[in-house]
Amino acid sequence: MIHRECGVLKTTYEADMGLYPLPIAKWTVGIIAGLFFAVIPLTLHEYYLSIANLVWIAVIGALGLNILVGYTGQVSIGHGAFMSVGAYTAANLATRLDSPWPVNLLAGGLMAAAVGAVVGIPSLRIKGLYLAIATLAGQLIIEWTINHVTFISGGVQASIEVPRPRLGSMVLSSQRDMYYFLLVFVVLAIVGTMNLVRSRVGRAFIAIRDQDIAAEIIGIDIFRYKLLAFAISSFYAGMTGVLYTYFLGIANYEQFQIGVSIDYLAMIIIGGLGSVLGSIFGAIFVTLLPIVIRLSMEAFGGMFLPQQVVLNLIPNLRLMMFGALIVFFLIVEPDGLNRLWRNIRSYFRIWPFAY
Amino acid sequence: MRHFGIGLLAALVAVMGALGALSPAAAQQEIVIGLQCDRTGPTQIVGTVLCPGFHDYIALVNSKGGVEGHKLRALEIDHEYKVPPAVESYERHKKEGAVTMAIYGTPQIYALAAKLTEDKIPGTSPGFGSAAAADGIRYPYIFPIAATYWSQGTAAVDFVKKQLGGSLKGKKIAFIFYDNPAGREPIEVLEDLAVIEGFQFKMFAVPPPGVEMGAQILDIAQRFRADFVIGHLFGGAPAVSIKEFKRVGYPLKKVVSFVWGSAEANIDAAGGFAVAEGYYTMQFAGVGSDYPVLNEIREMYKKEGKPAPKEMASTVYYNRGVLIAALHVEAIRNALKAKKDGKITGADVKAGFEKISNFTLGGLVPPLKVTPTDHEGGGLVQIWQVKGGKFEKVTDWYSAYTDVVAKHIKQAASK
Repeated sequence: MIHRECGVLKTTYEADMGLYPLPIAKWTVGIIAGLFFAVIPLTLHEYYLSIANLVWIAVIGALGLNILVGYTGQVSIGHGAFMSVGAYTAANLATRLDSPWPVNLLAGGLMAAAVGAVVGIPSLRIKGLYLAIATLAGQLIIEWTINHVTFISGGVQASIEVPRPRLGSMVLSSQRDMYYFLLVFVVLAIVGTMNLVRSRVGRAFIAIRDQDIAAEIIGIDIFRYKLLAFAISSFYAGMTGVLYTYFLGIANYEQFQIGVSIDYLAMIIIGGLGSVLGSIFGAIFVTLLPIVIRLSMEAFGGMFLPQQVVLNLIPNLRLMMFGALIVFFLIVEPDGLNRLWRNIRSYFRIWPFAY
Repeated sequence: MRHFGIGLLAALVAVMGALGALSPAAAQQEIVIGLQCDRTGPTQIVGTVLCPGFHDYIALVNSKGGVEGHKLRALEIDHEYKVPPAVESYERHKKEGAVTMAIYGTPQIYALAAKLTEDKIPGTSPGFGSAAAADGIRYPYIFPIAATYWSQGTAAVDFVKKQLGGSLKGKKIAFIFYDNPAGREPIEVLEDLAVIEGFQFKMFAVPPPGVEMGAQILDIAQRFRADFVIGHLFGGAPAVSIKEFKRVGYPLKKVVSFVWGSAEANIDAAGGFAVAEGYYTMQFAGVGSDYPVLNEIREMYKKEGKPAPKEMASTVYYNRGVLIAALHVEAIRNALKAKKDGKITGADVKAGFEKISNFTLGGLVPPLKVTPTDHEGGGLVQIWQVKGGKFEKVTDWYSAYTDVVAKHIKQAASK
């Protein structure tokens, strides 16, 4: 976390494994929770909360993908499709059976997990880029199926409107309601991932990533754990899809096309593979950067150029700056924003007595 | 490296600070229109021309003193045809107090439909989006305001019928379409018409991104031997289809394209007007530069001492931008007329849209009649043909088989 850990000695395995390395960390987490649960939603305008909501959705999706790609080392370009499986499962349940959202959320996640495990079967034989292409095939097959099977997609338009989620008699519709709704799941996803990666399962994932033959020799069931990684990752994706559907009020097939899978891969690579904090940083970076670039250009662009030129320039320049900044950050720190953050932290750890 | 990290942190803090200071104060009298654009995404050939047309019309209205004394401000946000930026841009427009929004893109209008209705802000989806949204009762805040894909389908069949001598009995009509939800939308209506008119109907799907359709077109020309082809393609695909029809020797004067495959940009990409000679296109806004409102825009630029924007040369999309802007302005004008204090809300503009009737802008806009139940305004189109290096008008504004379209809208509403 963000406090100085100078002079902390860990003498037991329990202490080393602890989520909180220092007692003060609990306070930090408490303050951060207070900030996100009270200060931000109660002070900021709904517009900023809508951006936060998009970030939250991206965070959950990126965490899921990072479990698979970052922790288990199985490259996947099918994340968007797994999201759509969750979304359409939930939308069908919500409209056909009128079931409540917690049921749909869970069902969407589980259905995505099942489909993800099936798509993950090739991972038992192939690795790296080959696996990436196999999951790409999964993405395209799922996309095609949803696009053409009207039983799933609910008609040629391939979009199903879902009612807003309800809590008792309260209908969650405003961005502020959604903010809390999504934040709960973000917390669950973060805590879940942190606990997963320090458990036996998580260590098995990491062993498979580092050297799968060695992992098999020390007694890890590769078959089971690789598919488990796909299932857990897809479960997250499915949940993301369901939350996205409830956020928008509609499941639409064009929201989960291949570009989305690439965006999520970009998030975890920029944020840092194999780290929880990295997934969060990546999701924030990829979602916020275009908005920040545009807002600053709207503010300053008019000083130098006429308005019509600025209007045409903003979207193009934004794309260029977005690409350039990604390259820039990756050159500065190939291990992602998470490592950059850790560098800053370790600099301050011994500050001001740098050697 | 370490010092670098600190510098970076400082830069981030500075940007955040700049953002905090950034809260444009809107003038009291100003009326904000939210405009979503795609100047950089897959449909950029539309956005780069359509959006300048929108802005030019707003500027023209402002140069003449605004609407009922109120200045207009069109706030444009580019969403790259992606959904999350469209959500962000919707909320931004709402924050800026937009009373009406020009949404762009089928997935975007789907994603925003619930929000628009909850927040009571009218949003337009001209020429795309769900055809069922023409039902003003079910979708009170969505306004297609131009022929939907269903109306385009019926209009196309009617046109084909006239071209083939008044009867379609036993004729073969091929439908070549982009294989996505928007592409498949007209199928149900066309299948209905095949039964009513007794023609043989066959579909040919082109998978995205629509650059490979040699097999389908060869099939249409030589195996199916279609008497007429209805094309419904997007982006770069229409140009490819023109080239392929040319290659297999199928006459282009037996092809009619829906509204997104019918602009100068598509013809140019296919190799120019000489190549596409004979190709029929469907339009929901007037084509060409011979309209009084366009002369006024050129006049406005002249007064400012500037040349007319180069986008004006691409008349199909530019004119559509003008049409969309004009309908928004007209709705705002109706709202302001009804509410003299000038404090209009989205609900007022919705009512304003529903009062639009016989507003033609010298022929550039079809004589729409938008009502509280019909948000499409009649589904009027014109057919223009590529002839002698330019588009030539073949039919005037018309719609066809309105009963069939109405039946489908009713069916969709009962779902």
